Amino acid sequence: MSLMTTLARMEAVAAGRAQPAATVRHRHLSARPMALVPLTTAGEAGAPLGALVGTDRDAPRLLVVPQPRDRDLRFAFLAGLADAVLPYLEGYADGVETEERKETDPETGKKVPVEVELCADAPQLLVPGAGGVEFVRLLGRSMRFRRTAEQDPQAPYPAPPHVPLLGRWLTHCAERARVPGSSMLLSMTDLLARHWATGQSGLEDQHLGALLAWIDPPVGESGADAALRVELERFPDAASSGEQAGLLRHPPSGPATDPVFDNRLLAPAMARFDAARSAVERRDAERRIRELVASQLEPAWQLLWRGVDLLRKLPEGGHVADRWKRDRWSYTGHRDRVRAGEPPQPKRDDAVTAAQKLASRETAQARLEAQEALDDPLVMAARRLAGEAFAGEVTEVVMARSEGRRPMPRPLVTVRTDDRPHVNDGVRVFRVLGDKVQSAEFVAYEPDGIVLRLTGGMGQGKEPKPGSVPEEGDRLCWTLFEHAPRGGPALPDPEATPWTHGGPPPEGTLVADAPDPPTDEDLL
Amino acid sequence: MNASLDSRTPAPAPQAAPEAALPRQTEALRLRLAELRGPETAPYPLDARALAALAANPGCRRRALLDGAGVDKAALARAIGSPATFGQSQFAFVRGNAFEARVGADAGAELVRLLVETHRDVAAPGPEGVSVPDLTATGQAARAARTRLALTEAFTADRWSLLFHPMVTLDVAGAPAHLEPDVVAVGPDGHCTVVEIKSFPVVDGSADAAKVGAAARQAAVYALALGRLAERIDGPEPSHRGAPRGTDRIRPTALLVCPRDFSNLPTGEPVDIRKQLAVTRRQLARLTRIEEIAASLPEGTTFDLRPAADGTATRPVDELVHAVESVGASYSPECLAACELAIHCRSRSRGSGAVEALGRSVRGELGGLTTVESVLLAAAGTQGDETDPAVSSLRRAAALRAEALAGETPCH
Ligand code: SF4
Repeated sequence: MSLMTTLARMEAVAAGRAQPAATVRHRHLSARPMALVPLTTAGEAGAPLGALVGTDRDAPRLLVVPQPRDRDLRFAFLAGLADAVLPYLEGYADGVETEERKETDPETGKKVPVEVELCADAPQLLVPGAGGVEFVRLLGRSMRFRRTAEQDPQAPYPAPPHVPLLGRWLTHCAERARVPGSSMLLSMTDLLARHWATGQSGLEDQHLGALLAWIDPPVGESGADAALRVELERFPDAASSGEQAGLLRHPPSGPATDPVFDNRLLAPAMARFDAARSAVERRDAERRIRELVASQLEPAWQLLWRGVDLLRKLPEGGHVADRWKRDRWSYTGHRDRVRAGEPPQPKRDDAVTAAQKLASRETAQARLEAQEALDDPLVMAARRLAGEAFAGEVTEVVMARSEGRRPMPRPLVTVRTDDRPHVNDGVRVFRVLGDKVQSAEFVAYEPDGIVLRLTGGMGQGKEPKPGSVPEEGDRLCWTLFEHAPRGGPALPDPEATPWTHGGPPPEGTLVADAPDPPTDEDLL
Repeated sequence: MNASLDSRTPAPAPQAAPEAALPRQTEALRLRLAELRGPETAPYPLDARALAALAANPGCRRRALLDGAGVDKAALARAIGSPATFGQSQFAFVRGNAFEARVGADAGAELVRLLVETHRDVAAPGPEGVSVPDLTATGQAARAARTRLALTEAFTADRWSLLFHPMVTLDVAGAPAHLEPDVVAVGPDGHCTVVEIKSFPVVDGSADAAKVGAAARQAAVYALALGRLAERIDGPEPSHRGAPRGTDRIRPTALLVCPRDFSNLPTGEPVDIRKQLAVTRRQLARLTRIEEIAASLPEGTTFDLRPAADGTATRPVDELVHAVESVGASYSPECLAACELAIHCRSRSRGSGAVEALGRSVRGELGGLTTVESVLLAAAGTQGDETDPAVSSLRRAAALRAEALAGETPCH
């Protein structure tokens, strides 16, 4: 934890409620996100027990698996999920705009501009916590290699239509969620913890109810007290509580359930379902399980949307749209791969793909850190504290020029600052100048400030462009990090994979991984 | 996976050299621990999971003492009104047992197959087959003795042996803990492998890193105990013909057996436990000796709940809380997932304004400031020595934060 965050958490302890950790919203929030609250069966990490899903907070769709060991019931759940989610995910595929992009002409080898489609918007999935993101990944993995009866009439247990397709989309969302700053699949606890600092630890922040209690406590109660209550309070273990006895008053937000709920209510209800002898008994038992599962899901559903409300109150950060556009590109790309009939994403990435993903995530991380700082003075403050940026007033500007045949303007600017940046000879620094970046290099520490030599952003002429050289009295913020960091060295294309990394993929190997062999007891 | 810190003197193992076996608890300590736990209460079993957690927080004297004395921390936590937040769902329990039974079926044939598949240097069993000795016996001491016998035989058997639920012992802070690994496999070459059977899935060759880490820490605890036992069996003679002896018999790679993908079919993943072994060994050595902690307690301190017939505690809550508070603790949020007393310790830690309540790493950057109040006063400039680098950093942080929140600085 950075000292700035530690301080904010301590301020929250003293104030009894969460304190801002950001002054703007650093993630895209769709006008119409889809919320998904899943529950799994304890001990069977991948087996769904139920879910609430939908874009309308007042009308979620409830999906329940009354007996998670029953393959048909699991398939019914997956079919229901595909029915609820797929139209939403695919609903952004046709609204497109065109973008101009440079591509290499295969004949001439020259870069030529081409017009490409870019989806104007993209779907956004919200889950309560990090466990939800992992569950989406697992669901995607379990579904995308399934075969429907239409794809393979011989498939021993054909999956309902659309299930494999949903698997591919969920896999895409989950992969995307690993890219820093991406917003296609977000966990509400991560989102809230990014924007508020509570008076508890990061581990405790993973409890959505407690986190919200710190951020938005009920009237007349401190965040600290409310969080403790939400986290621990149980119905008294007495007859007066009825069947709720001993249960948490505020069930966890999944995907794991409260073990007391499992043992006292769910297990007997499932036993009744298993023992049902008539259709009526079975229907009654199923209704009971649906009620029970719904009782554990609904609180999380409400909390998730409360989180959305709170986040909407924050103004969007300046670079959020830029990052969302990258999500739109990824969405468009996946749409195209599905349309082109490509096989589902492989089980394991080959060496080049894995390295490319890693490199692009590192770039995305650097970009995110830079953009968040530029969008938010509170984030910039932490970078200044860390010596990675400095702000101050210009006290002197001296015109100077480079040597050589064609001398260019290289003015010397003195900035007075209380910050203590880690600058020394030759270190490059950057500042925002309109919609461009101006670069400078460190020259010296003088008694009245840091002397910088401007090296860019002044145009190509003999004289600097008007407004491109700061004036005395201007307040500026310089960073030691680049504003638009690029990726590292380019990686070879898949066909050129060195043999040390598995060699190029054999000819015509763009085929799907085999479906998982079905077993009598598989879980998804 | 049951094990316990048994304070009763273990019965001498048949054909064993008891002097060399375990550091015996002195009669005085045994009585003292029984007194702390309650003379009517059987010692609460301590498993490898608990031991690994204990080793993860070696600075906590409270936990060391309670575990060492075999106190049921969950019951104690309930009795003082701060019950633990974790429990086990019967679904998980049933599933775990079913999977373990499946893995062990057919006299472990599947297990041996996985071992051979994952260790390139071990031979598949020949026509002589696999020996699965019966280890059942009444009482921990007798079971430990049987395990020792079976292991001695397995070392010289020239064939595969699988020990299901053996019982091994480990000296923890001066008291013997009984541990029960899922399986110990002994190959024809005399090497042992600790096998951990877990019910979380391995999907496409990878599993939840946190769960794998926890399994590795547990396996390390077993490997440690097994190594000590092998040392006692082999004695001090040097090895002949390069055959492994003593701790060298224990492979530094445990075999983790999990369901594969979304099925119930087992898959084996070798897990390197060298690091966990080193850490556990070091941390266990760091544990203050229970004797010392017990000696430092005020006269008459006891954690005896004095349970009534229905199991509810009859000792007054404030007496119990007083007893708990008489031993020093070292709370951090990691305790929440690892120790039954965490809710109590957290409220004390928060109540005293300790900075660790916000995370163990917080301390590092705050120098000598240990409470939230002192940090905030230092940050506000009303307290603290400005030449202290932690204090001056805090002041700058507070000033920068206030400035940014007031909208007084540009970010570009
Ligand atoms: S919860 Fe308390 S007793 Fe348990 S390890 Fe943490 S500090 Fe020690």
